[in-house]
Amino acid sequence: MAKYLLLKHYRGAPAAVNDVPMDQWAPEEITAHIQYMNDFAARLEKTGEFVDSQALSPEGTFVRYDGEGRPPVTDGPFAETKDVIAGWMVIDVDSYERAVELAGELSAAPGAGGRPIHEWLELRPFLGVHSTVTDTECAFK
Amino acid sequence: MNEVLLRSLTPSVLGILVRRGADFAAAEDAVQDALVEAVRVWPDDPPRDAKGWLVTVAWRRFLDATRAETARRRREDLVDEEPAPGPAPASDDTLQLYFLCAHPKLTPSSAVALTLRAVGGLTTRQIARAYLVPEATMAQRISRAKRTVSDVRFDQPGDVATVLRVLYLVFNEGYSGDVDLAAEAIRLTRQLAAAIDHPEVAGLLALMLLHHARRAARTAPDGSLVPLAEQDRGRWDTTLIAEGVTILQVALARDRLGEFQAQAAIAALHADPPTAEETDWVQIVEWYDELVGLTDSPIVRLNRAVAVGEADGPRAGLATLAVLEDSLPRYTAVAAYLHERDGDLKTAARLYAEAALKAPSLAERDHLTRQAARLNARRSR
Repeated sequence: MAKYLLLKHYRGAPAAVNDVPMDQWAPEEITAHIQYMNDFAARLEKTGEFVDSQALSPEGTFVRYDGEGRPPVTDGPFAETKDVIAGWMVIDVDSYERAVELAGELSAAPGAGGRPIHEWLELRPFLGVHSTVTDTECAFK
Repeated sequence: MNEVLLRSLTPSVLGILVRRGADFAAAEDAVQDALVEAVRVWPDDPPRDAKGWLVTVAWRRFLDATRAETARRRREDLVDEEPAPGPAPASDDTLQLYFLCAHPKLTPSSAVALTLRAVGGLTTRQIARAYLVPEATMAQRISRAKRTVSDVRFDQPGDVATVLRVLYLVFNEGYSGDVDLAAEAIRLTRQLAAAIDHPEVAGLLALMLLHHARRAARTAPDGSLVPLAEQDRGRWDTTLIAEGVTILQVALARDRLGEFQAQAAIAALHADPPTAEETDWVQIVEWYDELVGLTDSPIVRLNRAVAVGEADGPRAGLATLAVLEDSLPRYTAVAAYLHERDGDLKTAARLYAEAALKAPSLAERDHLTRQAARLNARRSR
């Protein structure tokens, strides 16, 4: 029982095998792609492994504190930002191996020509709860 | 009305329905419905016989559901066969339920979910919240688990070891949401200990009690970890410790040692001394030797290295550590600690920082980062 984040990038991940921008796909290929993603999420809900899935707008704003009594400073978007997150799925699975298996399936979503995109997804484990029995308790003096 | 008391009736009520011929999945749903109904009705109209009430309502629910599925013939057969609601072999039923819910065909997460619902009487929503997943996901996980064991015969003998692993998982999850999973695991293990006489069940119960006794002292008000040696021992629950030690002694006297008894023995040796300095590390190392013999687990060997470091000095601990795989979880944290004890603060600080990056939980990461910062501040002074 561990949660993992599957991260999908607009930019920043290594190039996919079937690397054609979506706006150059046939409309029905886009439909097929979206259907695949929805089916995937629905299937994970049935297996009791789905937690959350969200998509993000590609453009965001950077915000920071600017001192007492002043409004936050905003900046961006920055065209040169290397890493742009497109969206994520959170899964709750029994093992790392299962997480890798599912990420592989998600990466097989069809793209241009109806062929799998082979897109690189980033798999990140959540930091878990601190377990009650930590036998190395004595190590953390 | 005491919700825990109500939930404690779950396994025997469910057992009665299954013995009357209801299939497990439908009976389990019916018992859940009856529990919800009890919570609604009992405050104004408490029954004289709580269990009898639950059996009656659950059985009615089961029949309604069966009828709804147009299995009229089956229902009529069942009604004809309905036995007088006399005393039932509750503890046998309870034990069978534990076996079923921890069946080896189930994945750990589904065994945990099914146990909490069918044995523990928790609602799907409560379990979902405790494990931070959507209710729909947890509902699917539970119904899938029920389907997985649907062809398992209820009276088939099971393996206590698989049940213990499931309860251990529940205990280790701590608590989030409105359910205290550690307390629930203790309750379920107590109930199991009442249903079966087994030294490892007693060992696990003792282990849980001894760890639970220290819970209040394990975290500071800000949520940060307080290491064993720095814990305020006045905040340890001495009643739980005494109970854990007694249960363990009775179990050990039967001379059928297992890994949970050995782990509990180590926990007892930590819980016993009035100060950390008085800890009997030599005996702890001996128990780790037993554990290595029982499990041959690399994690146990890692923990043993810490104990050796305390019993025979940090150099001995580092030598013990040196023969282990450095990819083990917490290996770097242990190395950092032993180097600190050995006086090599520079190496220790670097290793603490490295260990923080590999920590499996936020609390542990923060703790290790603080250790690195503490040593770096001391060195720059």
